[in-house]
Amino acid sequence: MPNYLNESQIVDLVEGIEVTGSTLKGKMLTWIHHVVLPIKLLFVLSLVFSMARIVTAGEGPYFVTYNHHMEEPGSLELSLSPVWGFPGITSNFMGVSAEIEYGVKGWWTMEFYLQGQGTDGQGALFTGYRWENRVRPLLGEHKINPVLYVEFEDVNGADRAFKEVVGHDSKFDLLEPISAARLTAEREFETKLILSSNFRGWNVAENFIAVKNVKPEPWEFGYALGVSRPLALAASPDECRFCRENFLAGLELYGGLGEWGEFGLRDTSHYLAPSLAWQFQNGTTIRVSPSFGLTSPSIPLMVRFSVSREIGGFTHQVREWFR
Amino acid sequence: MMTAWLLLSQYAASGHNGRDRQLTSELSKVPPEARVRTNPYEGKQDAYLAGRKLFQRHCSGCHGKDAKGGKDAPDLQSPPVRDATPGTLFWFLKNGDLKKGMPSWARLPEQQLWQIVSYLKSKN
Repeated sequence: MPNYLNESQIVDLVEGIEVTGSTLKGKMLTWIHHVVLPIKLLFVLSLVFSMARIVTAGEGPYFVTYNHHMEEPGSLELSLSPVWGFPGITSNFMGVSAEIEYGVKGWWTMEFYLQGQGTDGQGALFTGYRWENRVRPLLGEHKINPVLYVEFEDVNGADRAFKEVVGHDSKFDLLEPISAARLTAEREFETKLILSSNFRGWNVAENFIAVKNVKPEPWEFGYALGVSRPLALAASPDECRFCRENFLAGLELYGGLGEWGEFGLRDTSHYLAPSLAWQFQNGTTIRVSPSFGLTSPSIPLMVRFSVSREIGGFTHQVREWFR
Repeated sequence: MMTAWLLLSQYAASGHNGRDRQLTSELSKVPPEARVRTNPYEGKQDAYLAGRKLFQRHCSGCHGKDAKGGKDAPDLQSPPVRDATPGTLFWFLKNGDLKKGMPSWARLPEQQLWQIVSYLKSKN
């Protein structure tokens, strides 16, 4: 973004925007979009979850960072991940991702996302989809384990999933009303180099991100770093929901690195996000993470939440249905 | 009649033996220095119980609740596993065999992998 408005100009601009949420109808619509729709989605997911026959454990505490641990071959993981954003300079929002992750091979994981969002006083909408592939070129476990990541996404400008931060992404992008932002198509290819290591129970992961819009726009860059560890390294002998080994704590740092020809930290957003995952015996994982904006273009606070369920041996189960 | 019975029993055994041979070949890839590692939890009852719990959570989906194997996963009470050293099993759990469908369990801390090894060795 070449020319930024200063803070006071932005406040003036926001005050000038007509806010429909102040009416009773607007408030009702907001309530429906923020409460009823997620409940419906949870209900549908719970039906799917109840079909699970064989299950294994879920994943780590990261929301933005990827490590080298792939989905088990033939397993399916379903997740619902809302993120609440509190930008301060404009309306609060909730972005939602419904995710389906599948282990094609031991070295290849595929994931498909459907995304939507709701903004206070502005309504809610489906924003698009993304399709990602992760491949491990080195099959064994090494000190540093590389993973290659390729993704295509077709979302509109109103998307609020914040699965990554690149280029000069900033809270000022949110000033555009979603009715206008939705008209902008963002078809992008995203690549990541994921490097990840395990050491004495710790996982350390570094992601280098490069995004290219299919339109003639410059490459945008970003990064994500994560460190995590289970609260206990050895498992306890008893079945227990609150055992320390069922909890993983993590810390993520992610942000933009500018774009081609303007690489660097100037006018970029950066976030620090502690996170916690709670894994259940039945393969369900609950994760939560507040993200704190570190620079002036960053959204001051985002709160992420995720519930996921892994269905082990999914391919085998499907094969049995058609036998 | 006797010949037919012998052929049938040989055919039935060949699937099992084939899987054993494949497993033996996969376990033979484990580096010598990894094979001689000893299990820090050897003989500890708590480790066996924790290993059993972890096995049910992570492994039984493919290998069966009693570790007798499944359609796509080998029997873990078979001779190749019985004869393998704890270090060999630990290395194989950690690295997996991604090409053949065995995932890497490096996501679990080493302590938990050793607990699973304790359980597997006690089964044998």
